Amino acid sequence: MCLTCGCGDEENIRVTTLDPRAAEDGPSGPADHGHGHAHGHGHGHGHDHPDGHTHDHDAVGPDGLGEAAHTETLVLSERILAKNDRLAEHNRNWLRERNIPAVNLMSSPGSGKTSLLERTIAELTGTREVCVIEGDQETLFDAERIRTAGARAVQVNTGAGCHLDAPMVRDAIGALAPSEGSLLFIENVGNLVCPALFDVGEQVKVVVISVTEGDDKPLKYPHMFTAADLVVVNKTDLLPYVDFDIAKLHQQARSLKPDVEIIALSVRHGDNLDAWYAWLHAL
Amino acid sequence: MAITQSVVDMVVDRTAGRRVASVQLQVGKLAGVVADAMRFCFELATSGTVLEGARLEIEETPGRAACRACRDEFDVADLVLLCPCGSADVRIVAGRELLVTSVQMVEEPCA
Ligand SMILES: Nc1nc2c(ncn2[C@@H]2O[C@H](COP(=O)(O)OP(=O)(O)OP(=O)(O)O)[C@@H](O)[C@H]2O)c(=O)[nH]1
Ligand SMILES: [Mg+2]
Ligand SMILES: [Zn+2]
Repeated sequence: MCLTCGCGDEENIRVTTLDPRAAEDGPSGPADHGHGHAHGHGHGHGHDHPDGHTHDHDAVGPDGLGEAAHTETLVLSERILAKNDRLAEHNRNWLRERNIPAVNLMSSPGSGKTSLLERTIAELTGTREVCVIEGDQETLFDAERIRTAGARAVQVNTGAGCHLDAPMVRDAIGALAPSEGSLLFIENVGNLVCPALFDVGEQVKVVVISVTEGDDKPLKYPHMFTAADLVVVNKTDLLPYVDFDIAKLHQQARSLKPDVEIIALSVRHGDNLDAWYAWLHAL
Repeated sequence: MAITQSVVDMVVDRTAGRRVASVQLQVGKLAGVVADAMRFCFELATSGTVLEGARLEIEETPGRAACRACRDEFDVADLVLLCPCGSADVRIVAGRELLVTSVQMVEEPCA
């Protein structure tokens, strides 16, 4: 029952660590209380304001809606996502202090996010430690693929949830305990809608789109493409078989975000992966 | 359930157990959130809370953008930012709001 795509059921969120090392008492994550518990949006994370505010003295007089005698107006003027965004900022600071760039990878299902990570891990082995937070509604498949590729991974299963949020990533970072100077990838749940709304504390947002999805995606999912720092166009090896106009994609993406970077590559064939590695290197 | 749940959590947090008659939101047309979907979710999200039965009032605010080239301000219906003057060097100045503006609490003597 998420407003855009029907996600919900916060009891079903699970964080699973796939590397036994992470279970040892390494550095704790961004928050100073326990981790690894299932939690939902905004529940069980304590209150952000110290007082119990049993009385609201900033309340103004009764409104004029006919219920005037019986209601009291409390003026809040507070951003709906304030709690998520505060926690995201907390995650971001924690990561920045440890010199850990965090890359939030978002796309529709199957664009090749995990494939790109597998290749990136292989490429960076021996030069830079990579850790991955995998977000999927169900299964440990992607975290297992990452571990097989040689990196540590934590799987966040969101149940019916269609995106990762800052509390989930906070818990995942706590379970993963990425070391100073490592590179953290956050593979979001495959969905071009809701993940765009939720800051998780990343340094950069990357949208992956594959050429089989069509070149009209930026204008169909404008919020996602407006939020992107980089658009990766994957599966260029399939260009001969599909009608995908890279120039059109560029034009649409730039109409939403004039300075967005765009890298077209093929994970399968390895074409232009150097541009991606160079982009990562600059983080 | 994300956004609507965040509204409920915030209001529950701020109202100290008092019953809530209505909640006022401001949702910008460029905020990426569909007001009707929030209305749809609200009843389910509030059931069993102090907000149960409360009214949800959403003020939808239009998108406005400012052009850096000609310094004009104009309405925008979507995120494609192009000034009538032809410049794309445009900044959104309104329409991305996603706020709980106020809450009406039922008057009850406080113990
Ligand atoms: N032809 C071709 N196929 C690719 C390429 N990259 C990935 N694939 C294939 O695309 C499919 C999906 O890849 P994944 O890496 O699982 O995609 P994903 O984005 O992680 O998927 P979800 O996590 O389910 O959203 C797999 O069958 C990959 O082998 C590519 O560059 N070219
Ligand atoms: Mg994947
Ligand atoms: Zn102009």
